[in-house]
Amino acid sequence: MECSLDAQSLISISLRKIHSSRTQRGGIKLHKNLLVSYVLRNARQLYLSERYAELYRRQQHHHYPEGAPLLAMPACPPPPPPPPPPPPPAVPAELPALPLPSEQDARSCAALRGGAELLEVPGCAAPAACRDSAPGFYRANGAGAAGGGGGGGGGSAAPGLLYAAGCDFGSGGAPHCSSRTTVLDLDTHVVTTVENGYLHQDCCSQCPCCCQPSAGLPSAPGTKRKYYPGQEEEEEEGVEEGEPGGGGVAGGPPFAPPCTKRARFEEYSAEHPQDSSNISNLISIFGSGFTGLVSRQQADTEQPLNGQLCSKQALASLGAWTRAIVAF
Amino acid sequence: FSGAGGGNDIQWCFSQVKGAVDDDVAEADIISTVEFNHSGELLATGDKGGRVVIFQQEQENKSQSHSRGEYNVYSTFQSHEPEFDYLKSLEIEEKINKIRWLPQKNAAQFLLSTNDKTIKLWKISERDKRPEGYNLKEEDGRYRDPTTVTTLRVPVFRPMDLMVEASPRRIFANAHTYHINSISINSDYETYLSADDLRINLWHLEITDRSFNIVDIKPANMEELTEVITAAEFHPNSCNTFVYSSSKGTIRLCDMRASALCDRHSKLFEEPEDPSNRSFFSEIISSISDVKFSHSGRFMMTRDYLSVKIWDLNMENRPVETYQVHEYLRSKLCSLYENDCIFDKFECCWNGSDIVMTGSYNNFFRMFDRNTKRDITLEASRENNKPRTVLKPRKVCASGKRKKDEISVDSLDFNKKILHTAWHPKENIIAVATTNNLYIFQDKTN
Repeated sequence: MECSLDAQSLISISLRKIHSSRTQRGGIKLHKNLLVSYVLRNARQLYLSERYAELYRRQQHHHYPEGAPLLAMPACPPPPPPPPPPPPPAVPAELPALPLPSEQDARSCAALRGGAELLEVPGCAAPAACRDSAPGFYRANGAGAAGGGGGGGGGSAAPGLLYAAGCDFGSGGAPHCSSRTTVLDLDTHVVTTVENGYLHQDCCSQCPCCCQPSAGLPSAPGTKRKYYPGQEEEEEEGVEEGEPGGGGVAGGPPFAPPCTKRARFEEYSAEHPQDSSNISNLISIFGSGFTGLVSRQQADTEQPLNGQLCSKQALASLGAWTRAIVAF
Repeated sequence: FSGAGGGNDIQWCFSQVKGAVDDDVAEADIISTVEFNHSGELLATGDKGGRVVIFQQEQENKSQSHSRGEYNVYSTFQSHEPEFDYLKSLEIEEKINKIRWLPQKNAAQFLLSTNDKTIKLWKISERDKRPEGYNLKEEDGRYRDPTTVTTLRVPVFRPMDLMVEASPRRIFANAHTYHINSISINSDYETYLSADDLRINLWHLEITDRSFNIVDIKPANMEELTEVITAAEFHPNSCNTFVYSSSKGTIRLCDMRASALCDRHSKLFEEPEDPSNRSFFSEIISSISDVKFSHSGRFMMTRDYLSVKIWDLNMENRPVETYQVHEYLRSKLCSLYENDCIFDKFECCWNGSDIVMTGSYNNFFRMFDRNTKRDITLEASRENNKPRTVLKPRKVCASGKRKKDEISVDSLDFNKKILHTAWHPKENIIAVATTNNLYIFQDKTN
C-alpha cells in the first residue's frame, strides 16, 4: 500500500496522537489508543525489517573479530534469570546467519520487565568491555514476565537500553553513535527527532563509543524527577467487583478511567519484544516505565488510576527520561 | 413500502433541514446521534453539548397529500451535563453518544440517552390542559382568605397551549469504567444493555442501583489487551440474544441462557483478512464502528471504515454481501490517519431488510439495495433545498479523467462527514445528520 510517510514519521505521528489524547476532553480513549498502538507496531515492524536488511547487507561486507555480529551490551548488574527468548517475529528470512542467543546469553535487563526486547546494532561491539555480553542478538524477553520482582531493580539496565539505540556500524573506524531517535518530551509537549540521541549520563560507561555527548537531548543530568510514589495506574478495584453501579448515589465517584496508556504500551512491548535501535528505545522506555508501574505485589491493591502517578521503583530505574515517562 | 426495493428505485427528495446556516460550527451543536421512535412520528437528535432535540411529524394534511408531514421541534432539553471526576482529574463529556426510544405504552414517550458514563431514562409528556377554578386558591396559586369563600367550586380542566415536558425518571450511573458506546433495549421492553470498551451490562429499566455484567473482555493483564468492544445490540425478536462487535472486525453473538456471564460466544462472525490489502492501517480500518440487525432479525449489518457487510446469522465464516462505501479512500489512508479521519465512526441503518444506508465524507451518504444490487450516492447540502427536488446522484472520480459532475477524491471535504443516519421505521423518510444540521429526505410520492 502506498504511503507517503516512512516508518519513522508514522511513529512520530502516532506518538503525538497518544500524547495529545491525554489532554483531550473526556479522558483517554482506550479504543483509539489501541488502534494507534497497532500502527506503531506495524511501523516498527517495517522499520525493523528494513534495519535487519541493512544490517545483513553490511554484515556481508564486514569482518567481525569473533565471527559473530556483536551486540554491545553494557554490563548490567546481574539480572534475574531471563525467560527463554521467543522466536523473533520479524526477522526476515535472509538473516539466518545471525546467531540467536542461547538462554544464558539473553540477559534480561530487569527494567525491561515489560517485555521490551533489545536488538542492538552491531558495530558498537568494538569496545571490548561491551563484549562481555552475549554475542548474537541480545534479547530480554519479558513478555508476560511473571512476578513483579524485577520491576525496579534494573537501575543500570536502563542505560544500556538507552545506549542500544544508536550505534551504527562504522566500518572499523571509530564507532560512533548516530541514529535518529523519535523523542516525545511530555514536559514541553514536543515531538522531536533527535540525531545521535542518547543520554550521556545514562549511557553505559563501559562503552566508550557511546560516551559522547550528544546534542538535542532534552534532559540534563541531575534533573529533578517528579514522581508520585505509592499509587499506580491501575484500575480501581471497586470498579471490577462492584459492577452493579450505585445509581443515584450522589457524589459517588465514577469508575476509574481505563489504564489506556499502560495497556497500550504494555501490549505493544509484550507483543513485540524484539526491538531495534531508536524506536525500540522509546517504546521500551514506555514499556518498562509501565511495567514498573504495575508490579505484581501491588496488583492486589488496585488503586485509583491517576495518569500522573508512577511507582517510585520504576522511576528510579529510568534515566533522565523519567519526567517524560511519568506523565504518561 | 411504496417504491421500495424491487424494480422501483426510490427517488429521494429534499424535505427539510434543521440547524444553523453558519459555516462556523459551535462544537456543542455537533450532532452526535439520530433516532426515530417506533412509530416514526418522533425524531430525536443528541449533540455534543448534551442536549436532546425531539422533532414531531405533523399530522398529514389532507390538502398536501403529496408529501408527508413535516417535522417540527417538539421538545428540547438538556440531558447530560459535563462532569468532573476530581479524584482522577478527568472530565466526563456531556456528549450524547446514543439515544434509544422505548415503545410507547401510554400517553407519554420514553427514551434512553447516554453519555460516556451515565444512562438516563427520560419521560416526555404533553400537557395541554390545566385545572382552573380552584375553590380555595386564586388563579396565581395564592390561597384566598377563607372568610371570603362563600360558594363551592370544583376546578375544571381547560385547554392551554401545548407544553411538552421532559423529566428524568431514572439515572443509571456508576456502572462503566470505560466509555459507553452503545445502549440497546431488549425486545422484552423491560431490560436493556449498555456496552463500553470492555464490558457489557444488563439493566432493568426500573432498577438503577444495580446491573448485571454479562460480558467482560478485560484481560487479567492489561498488557494482553488486543481488542475492545465497539458496538452491541439486542436481537429484535429473541430476548435472550445479543451481538457485540470488536475493534478487530469480529462479531460475537451471545445467548444469555447459556450462562450468566456471556464471555463465551455462541457464534463468532469473522471474515479472514485479505492479505493483499495489508497495510499499516489494516487494524484500524477493520474495526467495526456499528452493528445493526435487520428488522426481521435474520441478518445483521456491520460498518467498518471502508465497507458495509451483511451477515446471515446462520453463516459465521464470511458475510453474505459486502458493499464498498468509499473504496477510493484506501490509497489515502495515510493522510486520513494524520488528520484523524480514519478514526471516524460511521453508523449504518436498515430499511427493513432490503436497503441499507450509511454516510461518507463531503456530506455524501450512500444506499445499497440488496435486491437490485444497485447503489447510489447522494449529498446532503443546502444547495438542493427546494422541497420535492429530486436529489441528483453524485459520483466520486477515483482516478483518471474526471467526468463532468464528478468530484475528484482530492476535492472531497473531509470535515463534512455524515456519521449518523436514520430511516423511518415504516416509510421512506430518512434523517441524515451533517456536522450540525439535520436533513430530512422523503421519497417522491406520486
